[in-house]
Amino acid sequence: MSTRANHPLQKDFNGHAVRELATRMKQMDGPLLPILHAVNEQFGYVDERALPVIADVLNLTRAEVQGVVSFYHDFRRTPAGRHVVKICRAEACQAMGAERLIGDMETALGVKLGETRADGQITFEPVYCLGNCALSPAALIDGQLHGRLNAAAALALAGK
Amino acid sequence: MTLVITIPDDAAALSVGADEVAWAILSEISQRGLDAKLVRTGSRGLMWLEPLVEFATSEGRMGFGPVNVADVAGLFDDPAHEKSLGLVEDIPWLKSQQRLTFARCGITDPLSLADYQAHGGLEGLRRALQMAPPDIVQEVVDSGLRGRGGAGFPTGIKWRTVADTPADQKYIVCNADEGDSGTFADRMLMEGDPFLLLEGMVIAGVAVGASKGFIYIRSEYPHAISKMRRAMAAARDGGLLGPKILNSSFAFDLEIRVGAGAYICGEETSLLESLEGRRGQVRPKPPLPAIAGLFGQPTVINNVLSLAAAPTILAKGAAFYRDYGMGRSRGTMPIQLAGNVRHGGLIERAFGLSLREIIEDYGGGTFSGGPVRAAQVGGPLGAYWPPELFDTPFDYETFASKSGMIGHGGIVVFDDTVDMARQARFAMEFCALESCGKCTPCRIGSTRGAETIDRIIRGERPGENRALLRDLCEVLRDGSLCALGGLTPMPVLSALDHFPEDFDVS
Ligand SMILES: Cc1cc2nc3c(=O)[nH]c(=O)nc-3n(C[C@H](O)[C@H](O)[C@H](O)COP(=O)(O)O)c2cc1C
Ligand code: SF4
Ligand code: FES
Repeated sequence: MSTRANHPLQKDFNGHAVRELATRMKQMDGPLLPILHAVNEQFGYVDERALPVIADVLNLTRAEVQGVVSFYHDFRRTPAGRHVVKICRAEACQAMGAERLIGDMETALGVKLGETRADGQITFEPVYCLGNCALSPAALIDGQLHGRLNAAAALALAGK
Repeated sequence: MTLVITIPDDAAALSVGADEVAWAILSEISQRGLDAKLVRTGSRGLMWLEPLVEFATSEGRMGFGPVNVADVAGLFDDPAHEKSLGLVEDIPWLKSQQRLTFARCGITDPLSLADYQAHGGLEGLRRALQMAPPDIVQEVVDSGLRGRGGAGFPTGIKWRTVADTPADQKYIVCNADEGDSGTFADRMLMEGDPFLLLEGMVIAGVAVGASKGFIYIRSEYPHAISKMRRAMAAARDGGLLGPKILNSSFAFDLEIRVGAGAYICGEETSLLESLEGRRGQVRPKPPLPAIAGLFGQPTVINNVLSLAAAPTILAKGAAFYRDYGMGRSRGTMPIQLAGNVRHGGLIERAFGLSLREIIEDYGGGTFSGGPVRAAQVGGPLGAYWPPELFDTPFDYETFASKSGMIGHGGIVVFDDTVDMARQARFAMEFCALESCGKCTPCRIGSTRGAETIDRIIRGERPGENRALLRDLCEVLRDGSLCALGGLTPMPVLSALDHFPEDFDVS
């Protein structure tokens, strides 16, 4: 993951908005994951500075919130690129050449799997099964599922 | 009469262009000024034919597939179009199936409660509401239904435990984490017939005395999540959820919760931890979730397909369901055929079908055209089998007797380019990646396992390293709290045992 300070998509951190959101959701049963999802969605990642705010609202320690955030692959610690390409590298997609496709896409996209390109345009990350295993290889590109993927198609879809 | 045309709004169909085709159909309808309407359904599960377009006729639905945008105009002109499949119900791949759970999927509008009821929906719940709750549980016990999430535990027994445990609040939790590679039946059902799952959950609630439910859906399924959310809203409007279920004295409501990309959260106790807002670390059992589950309360936690089988059992009776199957595997199993296979998709059949019938007859061999070399059955923790074992019937006990498992019913086919040492390595890598971290063998041993296989692949002291790998597998099997660590040896050892040549580079 990249850790550039001036990420083009980085929104200003807004502790106020996080507190408001957490306060609104805290009545739920087991509110922490829904809150983290909401923060992740709204800001594109879970900023370090959001943790103490959420902890305070939920009456948890910062370490507890930190522990949950770090456990789950979905919660980003840095902003994602403009386009997010999640490529499946589980068995059914392997059987249809996913590993080679990943290599081809790394070259074509100019970014290694698990990283965000320096210009902030693309995040390329692995995922383990998208439930499209009869039409593999599969990828989720900006939230849209694609099947029977090849590098050329993926490239066109990711807008290069 | 209005012409009815259907095309799936299922994520797999969308992944190969169903929306584009749908737009083309709409524009064709308007250009031609036809009295026609387009209905979005779930998928029939014949994935290689997606997008599969159907035209309703007096004889039945005529299918075309796989349709692309350029084909669309032709479909309106020529019933014998080159993409014509004839009557969809007569396609042997579908006709030979025994669809109980997936009876409506691909046929009805998934978000129309009226359509659902016109096709037999809510009959199970209506009957359940006339019964005493213990009789509902007994019906499920008698059906022989076993959990479809992988472990195959009798569903009725689980429900009875929850029913017999007194508590002010009990919960029904639906496990829709479907993390196994090669599986997509839960997703198809949630997108194609979501009311069936809701009906099953309400029946479970009435049976055990639970008024609240959760559906935990993996975040990798955005389309299923939005579909379920809309179905839930429609179910509330239609009185299937809420304070008076179908005007009875029963209340039941539920929430949808989204996973966060952790395979281990499919394990039931890890899922409960996650629902409660913690790290998804596995809890030791006992206590069973049925006795002390979500927020410490008695909790039914079942897979999507287990819950979705309940309405059929209640509507048609335990004996009807139990009459399908073999041995102690009763009813039907939605099998998912995937990977390097020509005709992949969803095959719902009574237990007992052989792997060969599934892979060769339904699958039609590999997509690549090469010979089938291996199939992994039961997800990433399932065994890799060579064709010599393909005569094994799909049945919990028979698979177990050959050191395999049917799991959630996924089958991944590989051709002869597969390198089984690499597949074994991936199993170890996956275990390391997804371990919840509680047990040392799972957390650390899996990484050691991957390194050991790397050495075998490089040809370093292969004999010694193969022995070390077997030792590591034993430690994993015996020293793990849950099946992630405990069953990772299954793909590894099956690869080593059945494909020894791939572990011998000399
Ligand atoms: C590592 C691991 C992952 C699992 N993933 C799932 C899953 O994705 N979906 C599921 O229904 N069960 C999964 N299970 C099985 C559940 O622990 C549990 O047995 C199941 O939800 C019970 O429901 P059932 O009796 O209806 O199958 C998993 C188990 C393990 C050990
Ligand atoms: S076996 Fe692995 S995943 Fe299961 S409880 Fe132990 S560490 Fe966690
Ligand atoms: S294994 Fe890739 S979509 Fe299921």
